[in-house]
This record gives sequence, structure tokens and C-alpha cells, in this order.
Amino acid sequence: MELAVFIICSAIVLSGALGVLIANNPVHAALFLVETLFGIAVLFILLDATFLAAVQVVVYAGAIVILFLFVIMLLGVDRADDLGIEPISGQRPLTIVIGSSILGLMLTTLLISVSGPTGTSTSVSEVSLGGTNTKNLGGTLFHDHLFAVELTALLLTVAIVGAVALARRLKGPLQPLPILETTNDERPSPEDNGDVE
Amino acid sequence: MEVTTTWYLVLAAVLFAIGAVGVLIRRNPLVLFMCVELMINAVTLTFVAFNSALGGLGGQMAVFFALVVAAAEVVIGLAIIVAIARRQPTTAIDDFSGLKG
Repeated sequence: MELAVFIICSAIVLSGALGVLIANNPVHAALFLVETLFGIAVLFILLDATFLAAVQVVVYAGAIVILFLFVIMLLGVDRADDLGIEPISGQRPLTIVIGSSILGLMLTTLLISVSGPTGTSTSVSEVSLGGTNTKNLGGTLFHDHLFAVELTALLLTVAIVGAVALARRLKGPLQPLPILETTNDERPSPEDNGDVE
Repeated sequence: MEVTTTWYLVLAAVLFAIGAVGVLIRRNPLVLFMCVELMINAVTLTFVAFNSALGGLGGQMAVFFALVVAAAEVVIGLAIIVAIARRQPTTAIDDFSGLKG
């Protein structure tokens, strides 16, 4: 049973990841990302991390992907991204080499360690803590990691203020960024978008 | 056949590699961010798998904080993309060279 769930979820996760990789349209890529995140949430349940599975669905699929979709719609960049153009010559073959190197390195490290992944088991297993996963996590979070929780709150506040400061509309016309000589001739010249807000 | 921790780690490694290839190969900044999310998720899967194998709650705590940091990173990154795209109507990451100096 566990094997079947793992295999199905792995297939879902990997197909979603490949979909993000090769989807031309950013909206499709976002939807493939949701597929991957849901697969990972089910894997979390399989690993007895039920609270994290719920948080994964709520925060990632519910908030982050929606944020992606909002920005895609806001910017109107849901045009197809032409993957046929290779901006830097030799980028694709080099990427294949680098990607397979990363994968090979990690798999070798994993599979060569005969006794499995190393690490010392903590004396406290979660079962011996009693209570549910959520209760144990909450207890650990607000007892042992209280300062980190406060720092996290500070981080989120800074992120909100930064996002508002970055994305607000400024008064008056913006100066266009200096556009250096590029190969793309279809871009409007700086004089054309000088009064774009 | 039993599902061991190594299986989860192999899956996470493949997922991480796919995300890394996506960061290197894609040109749309939004899709690039999605590939970074894939890599972060691979790492969180590793954390949870190790947590399940070794006991305790440390791995799940780390995932909790990584999740918050990922959310903050996405918010700031998307705000920067919006700010740039307002000035410069292009969607390719190669054109975002304003900080080059």
C-alpha cells in the first residue's frame, strides 16, 4: 500500500516538475507547480508529517501559486515563451551537462553509502512525545524555538513592507531604464515609453 | 517491498536536479522562480524524510522555517519583477541587466 502511494506520488511529482520545465506558457507552468506541490503534500502525509502537509497545501498551493498567477495576469506576460531561441550559444548542452552532473553527484553520494544515509537517531522519537503531530510541533515551536518564531514574524513584516515599497506606483513619470544595445530590435525605444507609469 | 528513506532522498535529488536545470534553461523570470520553488521543495522533502528516519521533530521545524523564508522570498522577488516590468516591457531575464553598472 505504502509502495503504491509512493510510486503514484513520485510519478505525479516528477511529471509536474517536468511540466514546469518545458511548459511554454507561464500559466501552465504554475498549474504544473501545483501538481508537484500536491504530490509532495501526500508524501509528507506518508512520512507522518500531517501538519506540514496541510501547511504545504495552504501556503504553497493556496498562497504562493496564487501570487504567481496574479503577477502573471497583472503583467500580461502569459504569452508563450519561445523555447526554441537559444540566447547564449551552447547554453542548452552545457545545462544538460551541469544538470546531469548535479544529479549524478547526489545519487552517487546517496547510493554509495551502503548503510543508507548517515546520521544519529535522536533518543526522543515523536511517538514517545505523545499527542498528535500538530500538538508536538506547536509545543516544540513555542518552547524551544520561540526566538526563531519572533524572528520569522519580523522577516514577514519586513517582506510585506518591502513588497509594498517596491511595487507601489510612483508619482510622476518614471525614467526608463537605460537600454543598452541589444539584439532584439522589436523593443520600443526609450522615447516611446518615457511617460509610461 | 518496503519504502525506505533512500527512495525519498533519490526522488528529492531528481526533483532538485530538474529545478536546477530549469533555473539554467528558462528565460521567463516567473518560471525561474517556480523552478527555485521546486528546488526548495526537494530540500524540504529531504528534511522530512530524514526526520521520519531519525525521530524527533528537528527536521519538521526546519521545514517550517524554510517555508516562511520561501514565502517571503517569493513576495520580494515578484515585487521586484513587477517593478522592473513596469519600466521595461519585456519578459526575458536576459534583459534585466540594469544592475550591471
